[in-house]
Amino acid sequence: MQRRTSFIAAASALTMAVGLAACGSGGPSDPAADSDSPSMWALTGSSEDIFRSSVERWNEENPDNSINQEFFANDAYKTKVRTAIGAGEGPTFIYGWGGGVLKSYIDAGHVTELDEFLADNPEVKDRYIPSVLENGVIDGKTYALPNNNMQPVVLYYNKEVFEKIGAEPPKTWEELMALVPEFNEAGIAPFALAGQSKWPNLMWLSYLVDRIGGPEVFQAILDGEEDAWSDPAVIEALTKIQELADAGGFINGFSSIAADAGADSALLYTDKAAMMLHGGWIYQNLKKDAPEFVEAGDVGFVSFPAVEGGAGDPANIVGNPANMWSISETASDEQKESALNYLKDGLFSEEYTQAMIDSGAVPAVNGIEDQLAASEDKDFVQFVYGLAQDAPSFQLSWDQALSPAQGDAMLANLDQIFLGEITPEQFAENMNATLGK
Amino acid sequence: MSTLLKPKPGIPVRGARAEGPSAWMVVPALVFFLTFAVIPLLGVVFLSFTRWNGLGEITWGGLESWRIALTDSVTLNALVVTLKILVYSLLVQVPVSLLLGVFTAGRQRYRALLAVLYFVPLLLSSAAVAIAFRALLDPNFGVGPGLHLPALAQDWLGNPDLVLFVVVFVIAWQFVPLHTLIYQGGVRQIPASFYEAAQIDGAGRMQQFFHITLPQLKYTIITSSTLMVLGSLAYFDLIFVLTAGGPGYATRLLPLHMYLTGFRANDMGAASALGVILVVIGLGLALILQRLGGRNRGASQLEGS
Repeated sequence: MQRRTSFIAAASALTMAVGLAACGSGGPSDPAADSDSPSMWALTGSSEDIFRSSVERWNEENPDNSINQEFFANDAYKTKVRTAIGAGEGPTFIYGWGGGVLKSYIDAGHVTELDEFLADNPEVKDRYIPSVLENGVIDGKTYALPNNNMQPVVLYYNKEVFEKIGAEPPKTWEELMALVPEFNEAGIAPFALAGQSKWPNLMWLSYLVDRIGGPEVFQAILDGEEDAWSDPAVIEALTKIQELADAGGFINGFSSIAADAGADSALLYTDKAAMMLHGGWIYQNLKKDAPEFVEAGDVGFVSFPAVEGGAGDPANIVGNPANMWSISETASDEQKESALNYLKDGLFSEEYTQAMIDSGAVPAVNGIEDQLAASEDKDFVQFVYGLAQDAPSFQLSWDQALSPAQGDAMLANLDQIFLGEITPEQFAENMNATLGK
Repeated sequence: MSTLLKPKPGIPVRGARAEGPSAWMVVPALVFFLTFAVIPLLGVVFLSFTRWNGLGEITWGGLESWRIALTDSVTLNALVVTLKILVYSLLVQVPVSLLLGVFTAGRQRYRALLAVLYFVPLLLSSAAVAIAFRALLDPNFGVGPGLHLPALAQDWLGNPDLVLFVVVFVIAWQFVPLHTLIYQGGVRQIPASFYEAAQIDGAGRMQQFFHITLPQLKYTIITSSTLMVLGSLAYFDLIFVLTAGGPGYATRLLPLHMYLTGFRANDMGAASALGVILVVIGLGLALILQRLGGRNRGASQLEGS
């Protein structure tokens, strides 16, 4: 008896551990409160206030169409939303990035097609910059509409520490490498990096591969061509990353810094790090977290340096063309109707667009040049707008463009590249094995 | 147990059933066990033979998921990491909690006060513990740079050589109080007459500890170790929040590997296969530990009480 009890206790303890996986799907969403009103899951951070005030305004003006809004941290959201959608309990408004992840929702029939809605409401389609809108189009049909700003990855730098050592922001990879020992000698880390979150590492790889080999290299990977990861441009980019890491380019302890906590940008504005390669939303975050740093004009920004002899156009950019709203197919008809009404009249209303520009961001809509020029952050917003306008290619973040299985393996392997635990060749071999998954 | 419920003489016995409580009394527990343990477990076993990305159709995959799970070098690494954490945790937690348990079992006032302080970590959730330690151990803004102590400003969570020991330390910080409590109870059960007799025979403190306390605590040690071993197979929340399995794969232990395979890489089939492996290992270890207790485990060790 005694033995069997402990056996059973052990067994149940373990199954609970296994069952823990299943617990992830519940979550705090409370659609039962008002099952007719659509639910919206959005991200905390840069655009949080804009999403919140937009929905609050919408609910005030349209009490019959009100929206239940909830906010999640980036890393946690990506896991949560997928599980919830798989269990049929996803939100009406699905916050997304487009790409392979969106495609997996579409393949499983969880996302509503928006073409009919756009045909009935041409003004909705017309307000967007076409290249950004294109990101929500899969196999010729539109499934997602941009909801915030264009977020190219740019190189931020701290002007004050650059002045201190008399340096200029790097225009080429050689100049960048030459800055590394200079800053290290001055006791300042050359680059802040949130390595624990893994996806900030990816910005380095996507830019370097683009600069060295052009956008075709990643397109081949996306198309699942055999041994696409062994492309010389990928190997060279990985080698350059390891050279930079070995030279002490990244701050001490970068692999234990998490992006959600904002510890990486804190390094920049506390003068502990000189530069940071990061998404366009960081400027908004800096305005919120360190207003005196932004007001003093200490935050500098340039595009990613060119690589000598590289095939890619230095005007190319990578990042997120914008985040998007998709509408859940499993939502009720009332929810869908309210949601579409919001997309039509609530999203990118005049106040919405202006609030976004005021927060230091460039909304993905047409005809905002005057507002940008009048913005107090006009240097940054015009810089981003120019980048996006002039870029021959705007590559979506790879972890979103690829299927989740490939994206996950890529981030884990890239982490090991940064730590020097595997060679670029091993990376290519590991990743080639995931092609087509 | 059955001796307690022996029918009193004079009351008629109706068949053999009256020997103990009715077997029906096990039904509620059994229903719970079936619903929350056996059925999900069977579901996991079934899923391990399918291909499923968590969204679309579940398709039959045969042994494909098992092949993926077993040939993946990350799985092997996860097993090694799990084993390391298990062994290091035992090595750290058993002696510390045993000594603290013996210490807090004393009846002195100040010990009671200290014991209360020791048990504070028990009140905290794993996620809170992990977030607090992550902040404290931050190499740039943590306790080391904050107090200008360079020795504490290591890259605790980002250095693959250090991080495992940090994880073992944080786990110990959280779970030692629980095991201290178990040992404290065990020590207090040892009859004082043993020590009195030993003192009369001239045994010193150390001799008393090694010849009375330790042998008397044999089953307490087994109970507490079983909890530790099975617990280390289920460590998830703490490590997930603290390091997310990184850097690289340095702290990606089996439960975390299972979770990340299932919910990050969206391969539910392979994740289920890993889950089954986890259950098999856990049951095996539990059985071995029970065997260590000897065959007459039910017999009282407290002679004379």
